[in-house]
Amino acid sequence: MSAPVIDRAHGGGGVETRELVRQVFLARFGNPTLDRLDDAARVDVPATRLALTTDAFVVDPWSFPGGNLGDLAVCGTVNDLAMVGARPLVLTAGFILPEGFPVAGLEAIADAMARRAREAEVRIVAGDTKIVAPGCGPFVTTAGVGVVPEGVEITGSGARPGDAVLLTGDVGRHGVAVLSRREGIGFATDVVSDVAPVAGLVGALLEAGIAVHALRDPTRGGVAGALNEIAAQSAVELEVEEERVPVTPGVRSACALLGFDPLHVANEGCALVVLPAAEADRALALLRSFPQGRRACRIGSVAAGPPRLVARTVLGSRRVVEPPAGELLPRIC
Amino acid sequence: MRSSPTTLPEGCSGAALAARLLARLRTYGGPPVSLMEVCGTHTVAVARMGLRRLLPTGVRLRSGPGCPVCVTPVEVFDEALALAAEPGVILATYGDALRVPGSVGSLADVRARGADVRVVYGAAEALALARREPRREVVLLGLGFETTAPGVAWAVLQARREGLSNFTVLSAHKALMPALHVLLRDPELAVAGLLCPGHASMVLGSRAYAPLAQTYRVPCAVAGFEPEEVLLGLGCLLDQIARGEARVDNAYPSAVPADGNPTALRVLGQVFELTDSRWRGLGALPGSGYEVAPEYGAYDARRRFLAGRTFPGQEPAGCACAGVLRGRVEPADCPLFGDRCTPHSPVGACMVSSEGACGAQYRFREV
Repeated sequence: MSAPVIDRAHGGGGVETRELVRQVFLARFGNPTLDRLDDAARVDVPATRLALTTDAFVVDPWSFPGGNLGDLAVCGTVNDLAMVGARPLVLTAGFILPEGFPVAGLEAIADAMARRAREAEVRIVAGDTKIVAPGCGPFVTTAGVGVVPEGVEITGSGARPGDAVLLTGDVGRHGVAVLSRREGIGFATDVVSDVAPVAGLVGALLEAGIAVHALRDPTRGGVAGALNEIAAQSAVELEVEEERVPVTPGVRSACALLGFDPLHVANEGCALVVLPAAEADRALALLRSFPQGRRACRIGSVAAGPPRLVARTVLGSRRVVEPPAGELLPRIC
Repeated sequence: MRSSPTTLPEGCSGAALAARLLARLRTYGGPPVSLMEVCGTHTVAVARMGLRRLLPTGVRLRSGPGCPVCVTPVEVFDEALALAAEPGVILATYGDALRVPGSVGSLADVRARGADVRVVYGAAEALALARREPRREVVLLGLGFETTAPGVAWAVLQARREGLSNFTVLSAHKALMPALHVLLRDPELAVAGLLCPGHASMVLGSRAYAPLAQTYRVPCAVAGFEPEEVLLGLGCLLDQIARGEARVDNAYPSAVPADGNPTALRVLGQVFELTDSRWRGLGALPGSGYEVAPEYGAYDARRRFLAGRTFPGQEPAGCACAGVLRGRVEPADCPLFGDRCTPHSPVGACMVSSEGACGAQYRFREV
């Protein structure tokens, strides 16, 4: 008998839908809130300030070295919550699946989501499944709710002159890992995605009383995109020292091959942290005490000046770093 | 100035090594000179490290026609656009080529309106596409110098071996040497030293530049792409100039053999023949284009699908790409640069390509 695949009946709302929900999702995400299977989840929230976010995940290919669509669907939303200093509480998940998609594939996605949810201490409390004609997908959308602790004010407009810019890990691994398996581009590399929740790192900084001013996870657009956003929102000049941005040899050689700037390549498991320079050493020591933060380093600083990102080059000159334009495409040679 | 080494010193790397090599470069005390890099990857490396302003007084580094997309004339993109519009055709090409304007629109524009344009990383990917889509015609828009052309030649040979009849090449491949001769003969440019490309030289070999060094008395140095490798190559050039010498230094011996890659050169000669070819900026150069040889006509998209059709090609008005590619115009001196022409909204090919002189200078502009 051939391996089971998703068919239209799985999206029909009948017996097959209920079976799929029970066998794939409840078996993995089950918790008292979700198990009620009501039309909406009721959640007790121990806070007066909530963070709320939503994201759609359409990565192609859906499985890549170091993770799959499910890892991204949880980590992406958890990390977005963490970037305003929120402790992630609950997620919802919507699945848009092409007819013919192997059930084993869906199980792999759900396994990854369950594992990441446990890691990030977040519950998946509501969901939906739709089946569409074959040809694209699978896609997952997630929404997340988090609790913002009292007194925490972290925003992209919070960077101030005199602040330091930290990076919690090395850059470019996710983008390179995904591209290495994409149809028409595929190349041999041992680079694996950095996908991981960073909420634990952020929580540790906040619990230690470190006055974080701004956070951003450098996903699409990479470090260059994220720091340009902070520079614009905060109306400050950010400077990074190119030599200090950690890039693994595998990412460096893949970027050289494809003509990419590692600063433009997507990450899914690190964060940029802007905080008072006086707090930088304490924050770095704390970040480095986590396996995920062991390569954390100080990459730059904030100054009064035109809202832009500049890089100090290996030769000591300063140049503008533009946010990436258009899609990242491999060049000719 | 002491004689410049052609290999990097050991026990020192990164910023410290780059600083050391730059300091050495700055001891140059010879006459004012213009050097030229003729490789897009060098153009990017130089802009990225902010080198131009740090060169010794009197030393200029100009960008030559080293960006494959940039030297491809508009009419080739018009040919590709015409093919992409044909029902059943999958037009495969490299990422850089997607946004280059043809006379009307770009491949990215027609893709957004439904044409099947696929980005591939190399010729083998296009061939794999042809295998997977036997009912479609896969046309590979092949661009580039001796770096990429052998891979395309190999794909044609492989297609013939496999009996694939739905794979063709729209060749815009170019030979590097004829262009270098034109540039070195140009009295206005007065190129005093040539930084030879790392990638193309892997195929051509460092010895291929010897006739240039001899004929025009111009120092040549083959260099890699890391900051310290570029600095090393430039050091070789200035050292030769200071001593009144003109030879080929191979400052990238780990990747570039003296005789290049004989296998790549053989398949290149087997599948392609050199014909007169038009370059953006340099005009028509004899023996500078790799056209699919008649024997492999079944794999030549021009012969099979475009016979009898002509594409005049209309350069964008006001665009100074032609002068930029010849090294005569600095990107910032183009009236459109940074104003009407930016990477977000490019007018000319040199701004579109990740390796174009204008794009590199805009993206990595110094402050």
